Amino acid sequence: MPDTLVALYVFVLSCFIGYWVIWGVTPSLHTPLVALTNAISGIIIVGALLVTGLESVGTAAEIFGFIAVLLASINVFGGFLVTNRMLAMFKKKDK
Amino acid sequence: MEISANTQSIAYLISAVLFILALKSLTHPASARRGNYLGMIGMAIAILATLFGSEVQSYGFIVAGVAAGALIGSVVAARVEMTAMPQLVAALHSFVGMAAVLVAIGTYLNHDAAGTLNPVMMGELSAGIIIGAITFSGSVVAFAKLQGLVSGAPVKFKGQHMLNAAIAVATVLLGVHFGMTESMTSLVLMTLLAFILGFTLIIPIGGADMPVIISMLNSYSGWAAAATGFTLGNLLLIIVGALVGFSGAILSFIMCRAMNRSIINVVFGGFGSESGGEASAVGQAAQKGVKSASVDDAIYWMEDAGKVIIVPGYGMAVAQAQHALKEMMELLEERNVEVKFAIHPVAGRMPGHMNVLLAEADIPYDHVREMEEVNPEFPTADVTLVVGANDVVNPAAKSDSSSPIYGMPILDASKSRQVYFLKRSMSPGYSGVDNLLFYQDNTSLIFGDAKDTIEGMVSALKGGGH
Repeated sequence: MPDTLVALYVFVLSCFIGYWVIWGVTPSLHTPLVALTNAISGIIIVGALLVTGLESVGTAAEIFGFIAVLLASINVFGGFLVTNRMLAMFKKKDK
Repeated sequence: MEISANTQSIAYLISAVLFILALKSLTHPASARRGNYLGMIGMAIAILATLFGSEVQSYGFIVAGVAAGALIGSVVAARVEMTAMPQLVAALHSFVGMAAVLVAIGTYLNHDAAGTLNPVMMGELSAGIIIGAITFSGSVVAFAKLQGLVSGAPVKFKGQHMLNAAIAVATVLLGVHFGMTESMTSLVLMTLLAFILGFTLIIPIGGADMPVIISMLNSYSGWAAAATGFTLGNLLLIIVGALVGFSGAILSFIMCRAMNRSIINVVFGGFGSESGGEASAVGQAAQKGVKSASVDDAIYWMEDAGKVIIVPGYGMAVAQAQHALKEMMELLEERNVEVKFAIHPVAGRMPGHMNVLLAEADIPYDHVREMEEVNPEFPTADVTLVVGANDVVNPAAKSDSSSPIYGMPILDASKSRQVYFLKRSMSPGYSGVDNLLFYQDNTSLIFGDAKDTIEGMVSALKGGGH
């Protein structure tokens, strides 16, 4: 099976996982869900690293890659930390 | 140290599993924080596995980019106000979009230099660029509207949909041309048009539809990551992109259902043009027999009540009244009044916005109820206090089939014994629809700033009430 087809299989099956997992999320955590998916979509950083780190990379690609790494890192760090900050506020009655 | 391609694939698989578990843990607030840590570990594994893989050979730009990004991200996450969460999320979505565009162009340049371009890859590249660019400029518009840099009102003009369709068709045609000819010019034009399309798609959408737009852009950012995964042949990006894409899509669906509108209607409808008829509303209201009440009147009913339900809306966020509400809740509970908060799914500017603001004010989450849970309780509530919400309690959604909001599920505030509305003025809700609840015999309006009013209630309760 060609690689692109394998990728398609993985993609379609992942959509089903996403569908079932996300319906289970409690509505009160929808804002943290958006923030967490935001952090996770920072996974685009992997693509940015692959573009920037190539040995024979040209200057233009290097600059594009650098900006992509920068933006994706803001997403990863900002996303996870702000999610953590929000989730820490959700408390049960402690008395 | 360098790891083999197989080790790298296993590492990616582990991080994909950790991401799925992280999302799964959001089924309950008690497990959610642990889940977020799992997500962090998954991300760390993915980044390390990429850095130690054979493809990454030069580290200078990478270290600089990650260090700067980590610093900026951490500072922003630590400082942002909870009320500004929708803006922050919009900004972060735009970064994912832009990163996807840059990665795709960088990949093109690298493969062009190496002479390894092929039509399938160029198709995938184009998809990544188009989705990424729309995500970017759409999110920038959403950010500007949420931040108040531009008016939240929908921007509409004649032929808007035709223009959008024309830009979309031109963008796709340029993408096809690029795929067939490897023309750099087509690539650049396609990218520019996609940026413009993101802009023109979001400007007609109004402020109160932001929960849908935030969810939709969340979804786009996922699809952008998935498209990048196809371009690079990276399965982890594809898995994560699909998870995030579906998350956003489901949230969009939930938000639309809560307004009884279709996604098509939200995206192309330009609902709620904030026009006309507001200025003289107070005068009209007096004629129609709206009762206004004082803080003392409300306290008189609330202090001896069995149950008080509070309905917060975007107005609460604007007035920053959540901390005063928490104090009032405690004072009422000391008098053995049961206090609950009722949340409509589209209250606020993003999904779950109210829950976060109440949590920020230290209001325990077991006091906060969703619409389906709380609706049967309204008939047994002595007082319902509506703080900065409007359309979500309008009985016209049930009784008036000519109303634009007819069919929208609402909170049954009208069924409680007494309803107090905290309002700034008589201006109608976002939909521009008059609220039938105002004219009910058991409803009174308390005019003024929500925070001041609630602080007034707090001091009245502290002073021993009546």
